[in-house]
This record gives sequence, structure tokens and C-alpha cells, in this order.
Amino acid sequence: MAKVFIDDIEYEVPDGKNMLEVCLSLGFDLTYFCWHPALHSIGACRQCGVINYKDENDKRGRITMACMLPASNGTRISIEAKAAHDFRAGNIESLMLNHPHDCPVCDEGGECHLQDMTLMSGHNYRRYRFKKRTHTNQYLGPFLNHEMNRCIQCYRCVRFYKDYAGGKDLDVFAAHDDIYFGRSEDGVLENEFSGNLVEVCPTGVFTDKTLKQHYTRKWDLTSAPSVCHGCSLGCNILASQRYGTIRRILTRYNGDVNGYFLCDRGRFGYEYTNSKKRIIKALKRVSGTYQPIENGNVFEEVKALMGEGKKVIGIGSPRASLESNFLLKELVGENNFYGGISNTEGNLIKQVINILKKGKVKTPSLAEAKGYDAVFIVGEDVTNTAPMLALSLRQAAKNKPNEEAFAIRIPLWNDAAIREIVQERTGPFFIATVHHTKLDEISSGSFYGHPDNIARLGHAVAQKINNNLPSVPDTDRESASLSSSIAEALLAAKKPLIVSGTSLFSKNVIEAAANVAYALKEQGKDVGLIYTVPEANSVGMTLLSENFIDDAIARVEKERADVLLILENDLYQRIGKKDSEAILKRCNQVVAFENLENETTNSCDYVFPAGTFAESTGTIVNNEGRAQRFYQVHIPRNEVRSSWKWLDILRQDLQTAEAKDFDVIVDEMIQKNPELQKIKETAPTADFRIGTQKIPRSPHRFSGRTSMIANINVSEPKPPDDNDSPMSFTMEGYHGIQPSPDTAFYWSPAWNSVQAINKYQIEVGGPLHDGNPGKRLFEPDENRQAKYFNDIPSSFHPSNDELLVLPLYHIYGSEELTALSPAVKERIPQAYIALNENEARRKGLNAEGGKVEFYYQDKKWELSLKIDNSLPDGIAGLPKGLNETSGIGYPFRTKINS
Amino acid sequence: MAEEKIISEEAYREIEEMFHHVPKKSATCIEALKVVQKYHRWVSDERLKELAKFLEMTPHELDSIATFYNMIFRRPVGRHTIHVCNSVSCWIMGYEAISDYLKKKLAIDYGQTTPDDRFTLLPIPCLGACDHAPTMIIDEDLYRDLTVEKIDGILENYK
Amino acid sequence: MERPLTQHIKKDGSVLTLEEYEKVGGYSALKKALKSTPDEIMEMVKNSSLRGRGGAGFPTGMKWSFVPRGENTVTPKYLVANGDEMEPGTFKDRLLVEGNPHQLIEGMIISSYAIQATIGYVFLRWAYHVAAERVEHALREAYNAGYLGKNILGSGYDLEMHLHTSVGRYMCGEETALLNALEGKRANPRNKPPFPQVSGLFGKPTIVNNVETLCNIPHIIANGVDWYKQISKSPGGGGTKLYGASGRVKTPGIWELPLGTSLREILEVHAGGMQDGYKFRGALPGGASTDFLTEDHLDVAMDFEEVPKAGSRLGTGTVIVMDDKTCPVGMCLALEKFFAQESCGFCTPCREGLPWTAKILLALEEGEGKMEDIDHLTYQTHYMAPGNTFCALAPGAMEPLQSALKYYREDFEKHIKEHRCTYR
Ligand SMILES: Cc1cc2nc3c(=O)[nH]c(=O)nc-3n(C[C@H](O)[C@H](O)[C@H](O)COP(=O)(O)O)c2cc1C
Ligand code: SF4
Ligand code: FES
Repeated sequence: MAKVFIDDIEYEVPDGKNMLEVCLSLGFDLTYFCWHPALHSIGACRQCGVINYKDENDKRGRITMACMLPASNGTRISIEAKAAHDFRAGNIESLMLNHPHDCPVCDEGGECHLQDMTLMSGHNYRRYRFKKRTHTNQYLGPFLNHEMNRCIQCYRCVRFYKDYAGGKDLDVFAAHDDIYFGRSEDGVLENEFSGNLVEVCPTGVFTDKTLKQHYTRKWDLTSAPSVCHGCSLGCNILASQRYGTIRRILTRYNGDVNGYFLCDRGRFGYEYTNSKKRIIKALKRVSGTYQPIENGNVFEEVKALMGEGKKVIGIGSPRASLESNFLLKELVGENNFYGGISNTEGNLIKQVINILKKGKVKTPSLAEAKGYDAVFIVGEDVTNTAPMLALSLRQAAKNKPNEEAFAIRIPLWNDAAIREIVQERTGPFFIATVHHTKLDEISSGSFYGHPDNIARLGHAVAQKINNNLPSVPDTDRESASLSSSIAEALLAAKKPLIVSGTSLFSKNVIEAAANVAYALKEQGKDVGLIYTVPEANSVGMTLLSENFIDDAIARVEKERADVLLILENDLYQRIGKKDSEAILKRCNQVVAFENLENETTNSCDYVFPAGTFAESTGTIVNNEGRAQRFYQVHIPRNEVRSSWKWLDILRQDLQTAEAKDFDVIVDEMIQKNPELQKIKETAPTADFRIGTQKIPRSPHRFSGRTSMIANINVSEPKPPDDNDSPMSFTMEGYHGIQPSPDTAFYWSPAWNSVQAINKYQIEVGGPLHDGNPGKRLFEPDENRQAKYFNDIPSSFHPSNDELLVLPLYHIYGSEELTALSPAVKERIPQAYIALNENEARRKGLNAEGGKVEFYYQDKKWELSLKIDNSLPDGIAGLPKGLNETSGIGYPFRTKINS
Repeated sequence: MAEEKIISEEAYREIEEMFHHVPKKSATCIEALKVVQKYHRWVSDERLKELAKFLEMTPHELDSIATFYNMIFRRPVGRHTIHVCNSVSCWIMGYEAISDYLKKKLAIDYGQTTPDDRFTLLPIPCLGACDHAPTMIIDEDLYRDLTVEKIDGILENYK
Repeated sequence: MERPLTQHIKKDGSVLTLEEYEKVGGYSALKKALKSTPDEIMEMVKNSSLRGRGGAGFPTGMKWSFVPRGENTVTPKYLVANGDEMEPGTFKDRLLVEGNPHQLIEGMIISSYAIQATIGYVFLRWAYHVAAERVEHALREAYNAGYLGKNILGSGYDLEMHLHTSVGRYMCGEETALLNALEGKRANPRNKPPFPQVSGLFGKPTIVNNVETLCNIPHIIANGVDWYKQISKSPGGGGTKLYGASGRVKTPGIWELPLGTSLREILEVHAGGMQDGYKFRGALPGGASTDFLTEDHLDVAMDFEEVPKAGSRLGTGTVIVMDDKTCPVGMCLALEKFFAQESCGFCTPCREGLPWTAKILLALEEGEGKMEDIDHLTYQTHYMAPGNTFCALAPGAMEPLQSALKYYREDFEKHIKEHRCTYR
């Protein structure tokens, strides 16, 4: 702790901070631009000027930037002194010389850090009387809008984009007051995290282009705390709507998970919720076409189908909540419930859960992953399968070189200095994957191979760490030396991190990763082990599942089913046409609960309009076993509702036609699944009040409520109630600091922008006031004697006539729902089949882009050739989940023809 | 598939020479831009891209550097560039007469090139010959103690 | 009067060859230095009272002593000669480099040896083509003669040395921005701490010294500390200094004189006084970013102690003379336009404040000034005070303006009242 003085009052503050962080953490309103809690200090904007005094006798002091001033014992500053005040006001005046003052037409207006700081600084009258300089704007792709004239040159954009996220196509150009932030020429911003510029930019230079399509001011948005459904990491989001359409996604700060950032899939992938293809009414197929049916009837009809003695089975969904999966299971009975993924995938995830629960190595959170100093990725293209993990790992890669800076007493917050010292050096970082991945650019060694060979490398590393493990037979020299350097680097690290996952559908890969981690643990290392899984609730659903889709197929092949209930799952996408038809044909009636029309819903008898994350409340469990609550953003003015509600009604007495409250369902679920107990702690129950007040979804400045439906009804209807949460759908309620899981927007006096998050944290960059939301359901016992996996696969040998086809992942396209969002759609690559040059030549293919034919499940597929020389011999890669490749189960073998 | 290179081989050779002075290729980028300019007068978008690749940088990174510095031309310049010093000593000694005369004679303003592509006229900060102000530099030749009368003769040397 | 730095520089402007340099004792200091330990050299330089000639006047030996030395320190270490010299009104380093490049190289080798640097750079500005050619040639000569490269003169000490010519930016002269330029980056300044002595070029310990500073080193080593101190007029010692004068003096030029020579002597004796028909009105004593001195200050000793007492800085020691027919407002405009254009654009006050300042001055010159503009200019000089900006460029830019507002205020007012420049 250090004692510092701020305007003559003494404060005890933690060591190693700068005075700006300290002031903000203590609740002072001090202006700043270039400093960012995750990007730290560079001292460029000069907006955080305070007076720094040498000691108590120094009455004059001198202006110093708080963000560059260490908060060490005896540091003495004044924020209030007139000279400091005048300096900050004058500095804003300068920043505003060329600013267009176009707040009324600016998307940032009303939630603009520049507006906030301007007011806070006290500047209001601008003396500048000359011409402003102007810039032209650039086309930056479907995600971001660019308006350079608003720029105040804080350098945050390039610092985030280049230094933090590893982007290469945004930069700063020219000099003096001509400085320009953008690209060398117009074009799509490539980096997967570009959307964060919306929040990182303190004004309206980079704004959300998808929001622009249906623009609404912050104060007119109704928002809910939610959890991204884009991958298994469970980043926290704020989803906002008006008039029943989702308008945008912002980062919801969670110090344990995603912190201040999101990936672009998560931020811009929401638009499918507004799709014309949404199912908004309960439908029944009558002579080949769907017709809406009345609620009452549909329940009666469907219920009748499932009557006494009927054989009813259900297929769950890894993208539906725990509650929905649970109620389906309840409705159809334990033995008739099938997790909605292939058996291969199900068993892999079971294996992962098993290691998470019964292993001996800690699984760090997404945020904790940033703190490791050596990384070994075993078989996962994280940039595309779990993007935000890639962002965390990029930070981890800096830890080792940063030590050099710490050694000469440069604190972490002195970012500019750290970067000069560290340059572009990165710490030990090894990757074993099927083909070249983006993180290779920071890797110290990359290995491309068949999953079995990746696993073999892992086993070899484990063996080098623990000599008692069986050695890997027939290892070639190259892998042997690579495994030695990896083992050495991991052993030399303080905190090595092993990352793996299910994306290659390889048990061997998963086991090898665990072995490495176990071996390190036994060497006394503070090792971490992270697995990624395919979808938002893969872990949650699998916790509830004993059997999976292949079991269901086997069952109906044996014995026809009367009714099949499909929960939020497009079988055609997931298991392909052949298997889908096989199962659908063997069920007399098929009922789907689905968000959007798809091939499966097109072959059902009944379809219930299921809420997406936007219209549903529920719990999902992320890759580390963290259960997190998401809340419905609004009650749609149609029949859409959470699947669990439909399911609950279906299992009830028909007269009710009302689902039970969420908390009741959760209690029931926990009673039957005690390991889910902690779900209760993820958020307050619906009867929670602050005083007597609910927690609002809309801000206090929400406008036009009374006239929102004036075209239909001039009197304002009673606002809808939410029985599932302590939140109201309106602006009424408590506007102070709310329970962290139920905070729908960040807004506090004088802080209208996202930077208001300062006020919600215990200290800047630290946990939220009552802890970061979400609860881990299980922790490994680190003292346990964990069993090593001994199944070392033999080396893969390419065959002469057949290729092994493996999935390659794409942040845009490989996830089913986000891929339906127009902006994301623009970024989806053309479908292809990838081979290395040798392999292509051997098959008589040469021109990239040429047509390639192959067979899968007896069907002929035709894709264009992409040469990827990192792919090993004998292996072809297909982009996973694109329209053209959906329904393919990996891995498979095939012959190819040109 | 040898790609058609638009930066000359000599330039590449010169740039390559510099690689072993530095920990990474991109550290030579300023010198490299200068070399490209030596052979091609200015750095076109295409050359910028080609050079970036050679230096293992993106065009954005390289352009960020190129646009920062005064002496990297990202727009075409004539066969000869005239830089007239406009800093304080030359200003005191009446450089304005020189620059006015040049503008009139060449019928161009600062930043422009004569239609015959012969001269580009640019202002430049202090040339470090203040004791012989006013000064200007044409290509690499410094001219000192300038008077309007001397200009015509000097320009004759540049065809 | 001793002129160690310039005595061998030829009047005809041709370069001193290696042979010629050796004949007048060149590289003997190096030979002597290599027989001492690096620490002994450092001690000598520390005791010599040599202060940096780049403008800030930091004691050179002290600067060197911050470089981590001995076993187990980070390598490689670098030494850079700062010959960017883009400070308007400054033309001293050009003379040294063009006239006697080996003197610089010898100084650099000795200095590198003292801090145990293994790589040296001569950083020259773009416009110094002749100097660049000569340095390039001299480096080759030095390599061939065994003064550079591996095992220099059998001492076991290795040093590589390269020439880097910049592509134009005043900021390249700021020592940390210079390092960025050398790394192939934008010449933005870096944060201090860490100082370059600890973390400089490519993150390694680095010393940046001005060309003139480094040219002093061989003479200190060759002739000793006592000799060095006594060739100066200043009580604190400090050797000789290259002083220059430009503007409407009779014989503008550059002279090596004892440190502490008076401004009057420089202007009246060496520069020959004002040209006929012109009267002295004021002068910037050490380049564009120093405060004006006036007639009252003519007797000030031009050294690191006395010039500040008169309200200015020694800076680079090259005097820019303003005569009575030159408009102080116009002169400030010429200066501030330069600074505004050369701002790197990193920090707000400089990036925005300087163009604004220049625009106000332009308005004044064009007869469109307003009375409140004077207050506003004064405000800008406070706004861009040292500490308020990231580096010293903007505070330097404010020095001539703040003093002009003090000494020539009536000129500013007249521009406004008469709606025109009263000198045209
Ligand atoms: C904007 C700016 C420009 C500078 N330009 C030069 C220069 O051209 N040459 C120089 O030697 N020092 C220049 N300096 C000073 C250097 O930063 C540094 O102090 C100097 O090179 C150190 O050398 P010395 O200790 O030998 O004086 C400049 C400083 C600033 C702030
Ligand atoms: S004062 Fe600021 S903007 Fe100006 S040159 Fe220095 S860092 Fe750049
Ligand atoms: S926040 Fe401190 S200088 Fe920008």
C-alpha cells in the first residue's frame, strides 16, 4: 500500500498504480482519453493533467499527467487546483478545434466520452476562429463506420488494434495536425476484434455500422445483461432493443471472463434475431404448407400426440439454455432424451468435462488466461473456434518479455515504455494444429499434422516432462526436438498454459493435452489447462445428457417413435441430410422448437417459435464450467418465447397455458441435478428488490414511452411484467449500482459512455462491485492423483488414394446462427476444399480455384480448390459449417477428382 | 510463377544489403523507401505494396511510416525537386523573393510539378546553411546566398 | 586562442582525409583511450565539465554513467551521433561533419568504448548529402585502417558503425524520436523513464550525443581535463563552443570560441556587426527554440549558466539576429509555422496548439488580428509550457514567442490597430 494525497486528503492505495487509475478508483472524476484500463498509459492526450507537488511545502507544484505519475508513497497532487482545471479545459478546447461538433447526427451522441469529458473539464466556449481541417472517410467493411473528422487523435484505436489485438491493417498516417487513423486504402478491417473500436474510440470515429441500419440513441434502448451465444467462452454482452428489434451488442464487463472486449462474431452476429426467417407463430403443417394455429389448439394437439403410451423422444440443443434442455428431458423422460450432438462430439465433451471435474489442473478463466507466461496450444485454431481466447493468449505472450521491463522497474501501466523495451518479442508460445493458424505469427514453434500426430507430439512433450510416462514410439527427429523445446520452455515458465479443445474431433488430442498439464503439475508448476468446446452451452447440455443423436438414430431404426421433439437444433446442419432423413422418417410426428426457419423446421409437423438469447432468459455453461445467466431483452409482440416456457406449458395441465416462473424451474432442475446447485448464485431471484425497487432495463432518460404505440393506442398500456427476473422492462427502478449480473447498462452521473464502467468496479479494471457474475460449477481437486492417459495413437500415414478430410474453422461462417446475420454474412469465405500443393498435384489438380469433386455419404460434392501448403500430406480441409459444407460429419475419408 | 516486379532489381539489392545491420527487416523501411525513391522518384501505391511485402510489413504499416516523413513522396514528382528553405534565417534574408520568382518562372505553386515534368517545387525547413541564406536545394545540390538574378542560371543545369 | 575542433578544418571546404587527420594527431587519442579502462575514460569525461551541445546541456559524463556496465548487462549497446541538426538557424554540426568526419568517428569510437557499445550510428539529416558522402567514405577508411570492426587496434574491442540519413522531420533530432526513426518507425518521442541509457535503440542501452559533443571527446582524452577546462572562459570550464550567427550581420558564419564568449563579441567582432543600414533589435541566442535576447543582453556570456540568467538558453549557440527592419510578428510566424508543421502529432497541446498559434500570427500579419489574440498567444505559451507536452518541441517553440510578446509587444499591438504588418 502507498499513501498518496489528493487535494490534501490522504488515501491508502494499492502499490504499483498510476495516479489516474487511483483517482478513478477512488471515485474522482478526472478527465482522460488516451489512457484505457486495458491498454494503460502513453501520456499522449494530456487530458489527465493534475498539479503534482514535491512535498507539503511545495505550494506551486507543476502540471503532470496523472496517468504517467506513479502512485508511490507521498505522491501529492491536486485535481481541483485552478491551474489544473484550466489546463484540462484548455486541452479539450484544443482537441475540439477540428472536431465537427456534429453531435446531433453522430451515432456516439449521448454516450460519448468526448462529450462527457468536455463537460467534466468545464470547457464550453471555443475561441478558435479559423477553418477546420477535414478528412475523407474510408470504407472499412460491414462492421464499422468511419468518420475521421471526429477524431481527437488519442491513439487508442491503433493501440488496441495493433498492439493489443495483433491487427495489421489499421494504422496512423501523416503527422502534426494531419494525423489520420485508418487504412492505407479503403477496405475491410481484417482483425477479428475490430468491433471493439466502437467502445475503445472515445468519440464517433469508429461506430457500429449494424446499429446504423436501425439507429437508436443509448437512452432509447432497452437492454438486458446477456451472454454471447457465439462460441463456448460465454463472453458477457449487453443486448439492446427498441420496437422489438435488437439494435446492437456491447461488451458487458466481466473481470473474470471477457473484461472490456468482445470478438466481432459476438458483437455483430446478433442480426439473425431480427431475420425475416424468424418463426414468430406456432405453426402446423397442413398438406405441405405451414399454417399458424391458435395457442390453445396447438397445446391440445401436441399434447394429444404425446398421450399415454406414446413413444416420445427429444433431442436437446447445445445452443439452448440448461432450463430448456432440462424441461425437454423432463417432458420426454430421462431415457428418451438425447443430447443434440453427434455421439463423437458428445463423448469428447464428456471427456472434457471429466477432466475439468476430475483432473488435477486448474482451468483458468478467460481473464486468468492472460496471466500465463508460456502457452502450448494442442490442436485448436482458437482465433476461429474461441476468438476471445486468442485475444487472451496474445496478452499472455507478452508476459515473459515484460519481465525485462519490470526488471528495470517499469510498471505494467507504462505501456509505451514497455513496448519500447519489449519491442515485438513474445514469450514461449507453441502451436500444434492441422494447418497454419493466425496465432502462428506469435508462435515460437508451430507444428502441423494429423490430430493423431498432434496428440503424439503432446504425449512426447508430457514424456519429456515426466520420464516415467511411456515414450512415444517411432518419433521422427523433428518432432522429437520440437517436443524437447516445448517441454523445456514449459518447464522454464512460472505459469505454463495448455490449450486444447474438441474442434478436431479427436479424443487423442484432448488426452494428450491433459497429460502435458498433469506432468507439469507434478513438477510443481502453476499450470493451467483450457479446453474449448463447440457451442455456447455444449457443456451445460452435455451435463444433462447420457445419450446423443447417433443413439437416437439407432433407437428409431430399431423401433419407430411416435413423436420426436427437437429443441433448437437444425439436424440437417448438424448431422447432414442422410442421417436427418433417417431419423425424421422414423418418427410419426416431429415437433420443433426453433428460432428461424431451416431445413429441419421445413420437414416438421409442428413448429414452436422459440426465443433466441434476445427473447429468452436462461443459464448456459461455458467451456470452463462457468454457469452464467442471460436475460431476455424484451417481450416480443408475437408468440416467440423461451423454449423452456413452451416445454413447461406442454407438460402441464392444459388449462393453465402459462409457464411457471424461471426460479421455480431452476429449483426443480437443481433438485434433480445437484451438481448444478451453484446456478442459484449466478443471479438474484426474481423477487429481489433494492428497497422496493426493481432493476430497470431502460435508462432514466428513456424517451417517448407514452407515444411508442400511439399509432395503435393512445393510452399507454401497462408495462409488461417480468416474472423471471428482478428486472423491469422500463426505466422504472433503481438507478444506482445494481447487482452485477443484472446490470443492463452502464450509466452514472457525468459518465454517459461505456467508460462509466469505472463506477461499477471496485477498482479500475478490477471486479464489479458485488463480484463478477457467473459461477463455476466445478473445480478440480489439485491435490488429486490424476490418472494419465496412456493411449498413444500411432503415427498417421497418408494413403495413396484416399484423403482424410478435417474441418477448418472460420470465425464468420462456422457458427450456425451468427452466420445468418447480414454483416457477418459478408465476411464468410467462399466454400473451398484445401489441400497442399503436393497433394493437389498428385491428384492432378493445379489451379487454385479449380473445381474439385468428392463424395460424402454417397453424395457428390463440388467445391473449388484452395492451396494451403501448411496442410500435411494426405489431409484435406473443409470450412466447417458453411452453407455448402453444412451437415458434414468429421473426420471422413474420401477420394477426390478434378 | 515469378511475379513481375515493379521495383528495380538494383533497388532490391541495395535494400537487401541493409538487412544484416538490423534485428528485423522492417527496421530498414525508411532507408528502403529512400532507395525506392532513388530509382523511381516517388513511391506509388503499387511500389509501396511490393516493398512492404519484401520488408515483411503490411502496406498499412509501411504507409504509416512513409506518410510521416517529409522526404518520402507518395505522389509523383518531376525529374528535379526544388526545395526552398523557408525557415527563420532565410525568411529574414528575404527568401520570399526567391520563392515568388520560382513560382512565377515555373508557373507553379508549392507542391506542384511543371507540365513538362521537369521541376517540382517544395518548401523545406532549415537547410543548415543559415550563414549563407537564402538557400535552396535542387535534387542533392545546395545553393546558397541566393538572389533572384542567380536563379535562371541555376535552373539551366537541370534538364 | 585554441580551436581544437575546427583548427584542421580546411577553409576551402574540402574534407580532411584520414591521412591528413592522422598527420595532425588524429586517432592518437583513440590509441591512448584503448590503453585505459572504459571507466577511466568515463571518469575523465565526467571531470572534464563537458556538457551536451545538442541544446539541453546535460553533462556528458554523467549521461554515460547511467548506462549499465560490466558483465551480465544487456547487449548490444549502442552509441548514436545526433547530426539531425534541423533546428532552424543552426549549422554547426554540418561544418564538423563535412570538414573533419574522422574527428567525429574517433570521438564516437572512444565514447563507445567508454560505455562498451558495440554498434554505433551516425544519424544525419536528409539534406546533408555532402556530409553523408564524406562520412560514408571516412567510415570505410576507418574500417580499413583498423579503427573500426573487430579487435580495434589489437585491443580486443569490437565496434561496428553505420550511417543513417533521415527522411526529414525536425523531431528526428529529439533523442528518443531519433531512436524510433532508426528502428524504422514514426519519429514520435518516447516516454522517459526509461531513459535511452537503459532502454534505447531496439530496447537496448543507448547513448545519443550531439555531433559537436562527440567531437570534443578526442581532445579531452588527448590533452587532459585541466587543459580542457582552461580553454573555456566560463568559470565552470567546458571547453570551446561553436558559435554562429545568421541574419543581417556583415559576416555571418561559424566560429569556435571559448565557452562563455559574450554575445557582443560574437556579433560585433566575429560577425562583423550589423550590415549597413540595419540596427540590432534582438537575437535568438541558440537556434529557433530559444528566447529572444535584446540589446540589454549583449554582454551576456554565452554559456550554460549565464544565458538562462538573461532569460534564454544557450541552445545550440548559433545566433539568429533580428534587425530593425525585420518584423518580430512575422519572424514569430515563420518560426511557429515551422514548429506546427514539424510537430509529430503525438500530444494534444503541440499538435493543436502550434497550428492555432501560427494561424493567429498569420491573422496578425494579414491585418486580421484582434486585441484578444495577444492574450490568447500568451495563453498558448502557458498551455505549451514544459511538462504540459510530451516532449520539448512545443515548449521550445514557445520560447521565442513568449519573449517576443514581452519585448516586442508594441509591434503585435500595432499590427492589430493598423490592420497590417507595419514592416511592409
Ligand atoms: C524537437 C527537438 C529537436 C532536437 N534536435 C536535435 C538535433 O537536431 N541535434 C541534436 O544534437 N540534438 C537535438 N535535440 C536534443 C536531443 O534530444 C538530445 O538532447 C541531444 O541529442 C543530446 O545530445 P547531447 O547530450 O550531446 O547534447 C533536439 C531536441 C528536441 C526536443
Ligand atoms: S510536444 Fe507532443 S506532439 Fe509535439 S513533438 Fe513533442 S510529443 Fe510530438
Ligand atoms: S489519459 Fe493521461 S495523457 Fe491521456
